[in-house]
This record gives sequence, structure tokens and C-alpha cells, in this order.
Amino acid sequence: MYQLRKTCQRKRMYQLTSKLSKLSLMLGTSLLTLAAVTNANAEGYPERPIGVMVAYGPGGATDFQARIATLSSALEDKEGKPVSIGQPIYVTNKPGAGGRKGWNWFASKAPKDGYMLAAYNVPHFIAQSIMFDTKYNVDNLEPVGNWGADPAVLIVGKDSEFNTVKDLVDFAKANPGKITVSGAGKFVGHHIAHLQLAKAAGIDIKYVPGKGGVDALKLVKGGQVKAGFNNLSDAARAKGDIKVLAVADNERHTFLPDVPTLKESGFDVDDSSVNFRGLMVPKGTPPEVISYLAKTVPTMFNDKKTQGKMKQTNSPVKTMNRDEVKAMWAARAKSLPVLLNDLKK
Amino acid sequence: MEFLNYFGNVFTIYHMSLLIGGTLAGLILGALPGLSPTMAVALMIPFTFHMEPAAGLILLGAMYTATVAGGAISAILVNVPGAPANIATALDGHKLANQGRAAEALYYCFTSSFIGGVIGIIVLIFFTPPLAKLALKFGPTELFWIAILGITIIGTIGSKSVIMGLLSGIIGIALSTIGANPMLGEDRFVYTEHLESGIHIVAALIGLFAIPQVLNLIEKSRDAKDAAVHDLGESNVLQAVLFNLTRIKALSIGSIIGVIVGVIPGAGGQIAGLVAYDQAKKLSKDPDKFGHGEPDGVIAAESANNAMVGPSLVPLLTLSIPGSPTAAVLLGGLLIHGLFPGPTLFTDHAEVTWTFINSLLVAQVFMLIIGLFLSRHSGWIIKVPAHFMAATIFILAVFGTYSIQSSYSDVLIMATLGVFMYFGSKLGFSPAPVVLGIILGPIAEDNFLQGKLIGEAGDGVFAYFTSGVLNITMITLVILSIAYSAYSEAKMNKLKQKVLADKERRLKNNNIKGNNKDDDSDNKTQGAI
Repeated sequence: MYQLRKTCQRKRMYQLTSKLSKLSLMLGTSLLTLAAVTNANAEGYPERPIGVMVAYGPGGATDFQARIATLSSALEDKEGKPVSIGQPIYVTNKPGAGGRKGWNWFASKAPKDGYMLAAYNVPHFIAQSIMFDTKYNVDNLEPVGNWGADPAVLIVGKDSEFNTVKDLVDFAKANPGKITVSGAGKFVGHHIAHLQLAKAAGIDIKYVPGKGGVDALKLVKGGQVKAGFNNLSDAARAKGDIKVLAVADNERHTFLPDVPTLKESGFDVDDSSVNFRGLMVPKGTPPEVISYLAKTVPTMFNDKKTQGKMKQTNSPVKTMNRDEVKAMWAARAKSLPVLLNDLKK
Repeated sequence: MEFLNYFGNVFTIYHMSLLIGGTLAGLILGALPGLSPTMAVALMIPFTFHMEPAAGLILLGAMYTATVAGGAISAILVNVPGAPANIATALDGHKLANQGRAAEALYYCFTSSFIGGVIGIIVLIFFTPPLAKLALKFGPTELFWIAILGITIIGTIGSKSVIMGLLSGIIGIALSTIGANPMLGEDRFVYTEHLESGIHIVAALIGLFAIPQVLNLIEKSRDAKDAAVHDLGESNVLQAVLFNLTRIKALSIGSIIGVIVGVIPGAGGQIAGLVAYDQAKKLSKDPDKFGHGEPDGVIAAESANNAMVGPSLVPLLTLSIPGSPTAAVLLGGLLIHGLFPGPTLFTDHAEVTWTFINSLLVAQVFMLIIGLFLSRHSGWIIKVPAHFMAATIFILAVFGTYSIQSSYSDVLIMATLGVFMYFGSKLGFSPAPVVLGIILGPIAEDNFLQGKLIGEAGDGVFAYFTSGVLNITMITLVILSIAYSAYSEAKMNKLKQKVLADKERRLKNNNIKGNNKDDDSDNKTQGAI
């Protein structure tokens, strides 16, 4: 009996010590990991590959532009020193709900250590944060650089009776509500350009949202709608099937040097609808990481090979640094609520 | 005959190995639930980034063709379609497998895929200009009517009764309205954040087909320990292929419908197989055989699926308008290489374009050879004991669902739908009409909304939806489809009454017979309807 109790006791002792040692081991490893992580944040950033979350599906314009824009992130010069970020970048897609799914995840759940960036689309995400109950807005995200700007253009079918914006506006004045204008969806750049034109020209035109830009372009090509707003890059490629009447931007674009801006055509429409694409991190990312990215990301975008590939794929580029993007975001956050207010009713 | 000049480019060692590798990988990926053609091509695009344009496109094209056919493997062997396109294949294919004719069904599947695929590519090569013009004529109203036409077949696809089928279809359509709608710019029925982006069609497909299958297998393995699901069956390849070639009616119905559905942008190539299956059934001499292991069902569905591939590239290559969801992803693959769809593709980039199209033709041959070879050796899949099979399917279902868009919500939705479907199937609901509802609901709704907006700005909504040759043709087809269903239902009722009358007479004559036997025959008649 005594023997048995002793064995039991020994067994229990053993269990206890083993539990303790396990606990200390676990504690130790977690502390070590913690130390490693904090260390990464402060000094050695970046020491492992960096992710970029794209809120749209693979194969789409934002996706493949993001892949091209980050192509040279690990490039080194002759002495083996990193030219830009110094680590490879991988793209991960979280599509859904017009981008809201991915950006909601990014603003609320993404790690704030600089190892997960996201691609932004302005004005989409700002407009969405105004119109919907989203977890993101311009205040909880931090831009680090801009790689592209794709203005909206006003297009009509090849056989359309309209040759200038004036033709279209005159017709719309004589026939209120008879002009249909397609665009990629609601509350995207095309919708905003439409609202701006209707306001500036004082005309009643109907917006027909499509299921994405391609669908909207199809409606114009097939003659089902009288006009459309679409991406400049896509419209420039489809020159054979459509007529481009105007660019909704402050300046003409190099892809279509003969096409006037809406302003030149006499309608006061600015660049609020231009689709800007770039990279951002969530707020709360260590300031030294943000400043490191702010310095290196534009260099990465400006790499010769990247720019060549952008040109080859007809992607309109516009490199902007963190301060420029911040100013652009702030301007949109101010102008968009005014434009969208009429819709909110 | 310009395309013949570029055949030489396909037959280089590099391109050939890409074709073989792409086909093999495509067949295997396609067989996994969740890795639909769209998904497989999207996954491959980053890999083609650093390749030569022609090589990259060859790989993508081979993957596209092979995944479409590969989805049939799992549809036949385990009743889980690899992609929405293979639903119709499962209807008769799995029944054949249950009868111990799995190998035979697989041979039909690959032979028909090959024939349909070749016809589709030939259409792409020779009829691109006129078809491109036709594709543009399909506006919102025409697409709306196509969706309605699809809805008319919901009741007769894979259900025990028309009422059950329609009910399942309505549930599917209702499910499709969940989530953020890009056209309305509004959220509907989003009670939790998991429903934010709606119900993804592939997640629904996996849930509705795979999970009930998993639960059924578990049930089965409890009843009979380690029982093999069924036998692959002995079948001669040559015999099966030759028999397949004699089924000209099913093959031509499948190929023609595949070509038409492929060309129409936005109709969703996913429905080609189901529409072809339905037509083959309606035009067949004994439609009752469909759904009980009719080779024609597999032949029509699979030839339609692959016939859709070539034509879906017609509007893509000429107008930059994709004819199927996979073609939409392929557009990104083209743009990455600086190949902009349009007339210049066939002039400035003729070499790359024709090499790509020719490689699709060659890919069909590889798909046939590798497919037939795999079919012969896929026997071990169905010899796997039920409990292992259940676990494997479950793991693949979770993995496949998560991989669609790296979303945990999709996995939850998949599992929920699956459990509901399991109990639903006990009540006589079937998954195919639900999936068809989820596919067709948004096509009908979005195009109706667009058409309504355009009609309001023009001569009125009703006039806009009912004018034009194409609209009237579509409406006629819808009416014919409904009329035929009603007619065959009436005929069936008559038949049923006759059977019942016979039974009564028999009962009177022979009062001693027990009730059990009568119940049995009654069930059988219901099953036929």
C-alpha cells in the first residue's frame, strides 16, 4: 500500500515538474518570438518577404498592376545593396463586395508591423467609407506611395451621332432623361464623373451601372447605351470600336493627346473621379517602418523594368510620394461627401 | 488558312512540354472540387508573368481546356462536380458509376470533351468575325431572356418532381440575392460580416454537392464496414469510344449549344452543360432514361462544356469582352503580355495569337490521350474505403473553398449550405437546381435592372424588352420550353394514371398480394417523373 502511494506521489511530482518545464519552455519561446517581432519592427525591417493585399480578384487591372508595380522590390545594385525595399513582395487577393471585403479585413485584422501592405483604389474606398458602414476610412489607413492614375473618359459608340461633349449636352438639354450613361458600378470613379458632368452641364442624364468596367464598355460598344464613362486605359485600347469625347481630368493624357478634357470642352469637372492606385499600411504601423516604406516604395515604382512593363500593358502610371498621396486623399475626403450627398437621400 | 502557317511554333519541345504539363495539371486540378477552370487559370497567370507571351498563353489555354474536362472526373466518380460546368455530367455520370460503369462514363466524358473542344476551336478559327458581331447584339434584354430560358429548365433538371425542382431553384435564386450588389450599390440580407460578399457560386457548389456526399459516405461506412463504394467496371476503351462516336445526336446537340452559349458574353459558360443536357433529354426518344445512367446525358453535357471554350474566346479576342468567367480571367493574362484584344491581335501579334489558338487544338488531343489513360487508372479512387473517402472529400472541400478567395466566410457558408442540403436531400431536394438558381438569379436580375434603366430612358420598359429579332426569338424559346415541360408533365400524369389503373385492376384480380410490393412500384413511378 505504502509502496503504491509512493509511486503515485512520485508520478504526480513528475507530472508537475514536466508541466512546469513545459510551461517555461512555452513561455520562453513565446518571449523569444515576441522579442524577434519587436526587434523586426524597430531595427531590421524588412527582414522577410512582404505581402500586398489586393481587394480585387486575380487577373483584374488592379491585381496585375500591383504585381508589376512591386516587381523590383528585391532588386539589388552592383554592391549587393537593396535599391528599393530590399525584400520580395507577394500578392494575396481578398476580393468581394467591390473591394470592401478586403479593405475591411485590412483595416481591422491585418498585422501592423509593415509585413502586410494593401493596394488602394481612390476614389472607390473613400466613397465606400462615406456611403457604407465600413471599418476603413482615410483616417485609419496610411498611404506609402502611388503608382498609377487612370482617369475616367466619356465615350460613345463608333456610329454615335455625338462627336463632341457639346453635341451630347445639347441633345440631353433638348431631351431630358433620354441619355443613358454606363459605368463600372455605383459609387466608383465613373459614377462620380457622371455626377460631376450632370451637375456642371445642368443636364438630366441616366446612369446605368454595369457589373464592372468590361460590362459597361460592352454596353457602349453594343449600342445599348448612348454614352459611357470608362477607364482611359481600356478606352485607349478600344479606339476602333468607340469614340472618346473627353477626359475627366485636369490635364490631357499622353495616351490620348488629341482628346480634350471636360474643362476644355466647357464643363467644370476636375480630377475627383481619377482612379488612383497605390500602396498603404494600416494606422498603428511603427513610424520608422512607414518612413522607410515612404522612401523606398516610390523608388520601386520608378524602376526602369517596372515602368517598361507598365507601358507595355498600357497601364497609365503616376508615381506620387507619401505626402502627395496624403494631400490627394484629404482633398477627396473633402470633395466626395458633397458629390455623394445628393445620392444619400 | 493563315493559321496553318503557325502550327510549327506549337511543336517545339518547350511548348509541347508546357502543353503536356498544363493538360496533366489541369486534369488533376479540375478534378479537385473548388479548383474550377477560372480558379486554375487565375492561379497560373502569375507564373506566366516571366514567360514569353506565346508560352504563357499556351500554358493558360491548356489549363483552361483540361480543367473543364477534369471537373467531370470527380463528378462521375464521387458525385462532386469539380466546377459549376460539370453539374450536368454528375446527373447521369455518377448513376453510371453506381451501376459499375464508371470507366465507361469517363471514356464518354473525354471522347465527347475532345469532339466538342475541337468543334469549338474550329468555330473560333473560322467564324470569329461574324460571331463577334453577333456577340455584341446581346444586350441586357437578350441576356435577361436567356436567364429566364435557363430558369425554365430548373424544374426538370435532376429532381424527382417538377415541384421539388422549382422549389429548389427558388431557394437558389433567393440565396443569390445575398450580399453587396455592385449594380444597386447596396447590401442585402447581410446579417453578419460573413455574408458581406454574398454566396460565391463555387463555395455553394462544393457545399451543396460535397458535404451531403461526405455525410452519406459516413452513413454508409457505419452500415457496412469498409465497403468499397463501387467498382470501376470492366470496359474496353475502343468499344466505348466507338459507341460514343455513334451518338451523333447527343454530340451535335451538345456541341451546338456549347458554341452558342460560349459566344454570348455574360451568359455564363457554366450553364452550357445543363442547357445541353436538358435539350438532349427533351429531344431524346426516351427521356425517362435520363437521370438513371444514360450515356447520352454525359455525352451532351461534356461536349457542350468543351465546345464552349473556343467560342468564349471569340468576343474576348476581338472585342475584349469575355464570353465566360474563365475568359474574363484570361483577359488579364493577355493584357500582362501587352496583347490587347482587337483587330491588331490578328495582324500585329498574329504569330502569338495563332500559335495560342493552334495550341488549343493540340491541347484537345493531349486532353483526350491523358484523360483516357487516367480514366483507366482512376479505379483506385473508388476502391478507397468510404470513411477514408469521406475524410478526403471533406478536406478537399474545405481547402478548395478557402482557396477561391482566401476567405474563411466562404468555408462557413459552404459548410452551412452543405448541412442543409444533406437534410434537404432526405426530403427530396436536389442540389443541381439550387446551384442553377444561384447562377441564373444574378444574370436575370442585373440584366433586368440595366434593361429597365435603359428602357425608361427610351420607349418604355415593356417595349424595350419585347422588341427586336433576338428578344422575340428568346421569348419564343421560353414559351416553347414551358409548353414542352407542361406537355411532358401531362403525358407523365396520364402514364401514371394508367399505371395506377393497371395496379388497381391487378389488385382486384389478386387480392392476396401484400402492400409492400405495391408501395415499391408506386415509388418507382414517382421516381420516373
